Amino acid sequence: MQPDVELIRVTKRYGGAAAVDDVSLAIPAGSYCCLLGPSGCGKTSTLRMIAGHESITEGDILLGGRNVTDLPPAARGTAMMFQSYALFPHLTALENVAFGPRMRGVGKAERLAEAAEFLRLVQLERMADRLPAQLSGGQQQRVALARALITRPRVLLLDEPLSALDPFLRGQMREELKRLQRELGITFIHVTHGQEEAMALSDLAVVMDHGRIAQAAPPREIFERPASAFVARFIGGHNVLDLPEGRFAIRTDRTRLAPAPGGPVLPGHVTAVEYQGAAVRVVVRGAGGQAAEALLPDAVFHAAPVEPGAAVTLGWDAAAAHPLPATAAA
Amino acid sequence: MPGRAARILLGGLFGLFLLFLYGPTITIGILSFQGPDGGLTFPMNGASLHWFAQLFQPQAVGDLGAAMRRTLTLAAMVTVSTVVISLMAGMAFRRRFRGSGAVFYLTIASLIVPSILVSLGIGLLFNQMEWEPAWYSSAFGAQLTWTLPFGLLIMFAVFNRFDRSWEEAARDMGATPWQSFRHVVLPIIAPSVVGIALFGFTLSFDEFARTLLTAGSGNTLPLEILGMTTTVTTPVLYALGTVSTAVSFLVIGGAILGARLLGRRRGA
Repeated sequence: MQPDVELIRVTKRYGGAAAVDDVSLAIPAGSYCCLLGPSGCGKTSTLRMIAGHESITEGDILLGGRNVTDLPPAARGTAMMFQSYALFPHLTALENVAFGPRMRGVGKAERLAEAAEFLRLVQLERMADRLPAQLSGGQQQRVALARALITRPRVLLLDEPLSALDPFLRGQMREELKRLQRELGITFIHVTHGQEEAMALSDLAVVMDHGRIAQAAPPREIFERPASAFVARFIGGHNVLDLPEGRFAIRTDRTRLAPAPGGPVLPGHVTAVEYQGAAVRVVVRGAGGQAAEALLPDAVFHAAPVEPGAAVTLGWDAAAAHPLPATAAA
Repeated sequence: MPGRAARILLGGLFGLFLLFLYGPTITIGILSFQGPDGGLTFPMNGASLHWFAQLFQPQAVGDLGAAMRRTLTLAAMVTVSTVVISLMAGMAFRRRFRGSGAVFYLTIASLIVPSILVSLGIGLLFNQMEWEPAWYSSAFGAQLTWTLPFGLLIMFAVFNRFDRSWEEAARDMGATPWQSFRHVVLPIIAPSVVGIALFGFTLSFDEFARTLLTAGSGNTLPLEILGMTTTVTTPVLYALGTVSTAVSFLVIGGAILGARLLGRRRGA
C-alpha cells in the first residue's frame, strides 16, 4: 500500500545539536501510529515537522505522495491537536470548532451548523455555548479534537493528547480515539511517552531514542522481539540480562522462581515483593549484581511464597530468551 | 494574621494614606462650590455654581477652554500612538532579533532620565533647529518618551504569559498571519490593550515636567493651572480642579465599564 506519510532522511538541528537525526519512516494509510520515547528523544519535534510548525533542517516529508516539506501547515492536509489543546479562550466551544471554516470564509450559518455536527461527533453538542474555561479537561480535549477534524485532514497529529487527563478519563479517551480513527479511516500520528498507551492504540509503534528510531514495528512485534536493550527496557516487562551466551531480553512473565532442570538460570536473592492483584512481582538481585524480576500469576506465587532476603533461582525457557545485539548501548 | 497592635498600627497608616490621597481633592471639591462672594479658604460663604460658570469665561490670565481642548487632543494623540506602537513593539520583541536587548534598554532608560532634562533637551533642540515648539509636536514627542516605555513594559508582561500554541493552532486551521492577529491575538490581549490606553491617557492628561519646556505658546491644562496658581486668587481654580478630576474619573470609569461589558459578553 502507498504510505500516507513518508519521512525521508529527516534531520532537525537546533544550533549544533540534532534533535531528530536522519529519520526515515513510512506510515501506511489509515493506520494508527504512535511515536514513543522518553522526553527529549525527538518525537515531538518529528510531529511538529510533519505538521509544519517546525522547519526541517534536512530531508523531505511526503504526504500522500506529495512533497510538503516547504508547505505551510494548512496546505499539507494535516491537522494538529496541541498538548495544551490551545483552545481560544474568548470563543465558545462551537465557535472554536467553527474557526477553521471561518478562516476559509464560510458563511456564519453554514459554519456553525458544520461545527455543531463535529461537536456531535465527539458527543459534546450540549456544551456548544460554553467557553473553554467552563469545560473540564476531557471536554476541552473533545473540543480540540472536533476543531482539528473539521478541517477534514488526511492525517491527524496528536501531541501527548492524554497526558493532562486523570487515569480513568485517559482510558476512556483512549478507546474513543481508536474508535474515531477506525470510523474516519484517516491516519493518526500520536506522540506519547507512555508505552501502555502506544501498545493499546497503535498499528505501528515507533520507539525513538536520541533523535533516532530505535524500532518501528507493530506493538506485538516490539514486545516479543525488541530490537535493542533500550527498546526492551523502555517498553517494560523485560529483564535485560548479560549471560555467558550474550545479551538477552526475557519477558518477566516468562520468568519463574522454579527453574526447569537444565535450563538457563540466574541465582540471587529477593529484594522486593509487590502484590499487584492478579500477579505478584518479585524483584531479584542476581549473583553478578544484575537486577531481574519475575511476574508470577498470584496462584503460582501463593503456592510457594517468598520473602525479601530469601535466596532464589530465577529460570526461564531457553526459547523465551530473545537475543539482543551485544553492541547496543545500554 | 498580625497581632492586635500591629493591625491597629497598619490600619492607622492606611487611614493616613487615604487622608493624604483624597483629603486635598475632597477639600478642593468642596471649596469649588464656594458662593460668589467667597474666597480661597474656609469658611464657605454660601454655595453656588458661580465659579464653574466663570471657568468657561475667557480669563484675564489665559484661556482655560482652549487649554482643556489642547490637553484632551494631545492625550488622545498620545493614547493612540502609545497603544499602536507598544502593541507592534510587543509583537516584535517576542522574537529575539539583532540588537533587541540594546533597543529594549534604550527605550526603558527614558524612564530613568529625569523628566525635566528630557523637556529641556527637546526644547533646546527645537530652538537650535529653529523649529517652533508646540503642544502637538515637541510636547507630543516629549510625552511619548514617558508613555511608550510603560506601554512596552505592559506588553512584555502580557506576551510573557501568552501561549504560542494559540497562534500555531490558528495557523494550523488556515489563518493568515493577519487573521491570526485579528481573530486570536488581539481579542485575547484586548483587556491589556485597554489598560495601556488608560495608562497613556492619564499619564498624558496630567503630564507636567516633560511638557513644561516643550509646549511652546499654547499651554496644556496642567501648565495653565500652574500659571493660574500664581496669579488667580479666586475659587475658579478649584472649579477647574474639580472639573479635571471629574474628567479623569469619567474616562477611567468609562473604560472599566467598557471592559466589563466586553467581559460579560464573553463570559455569558
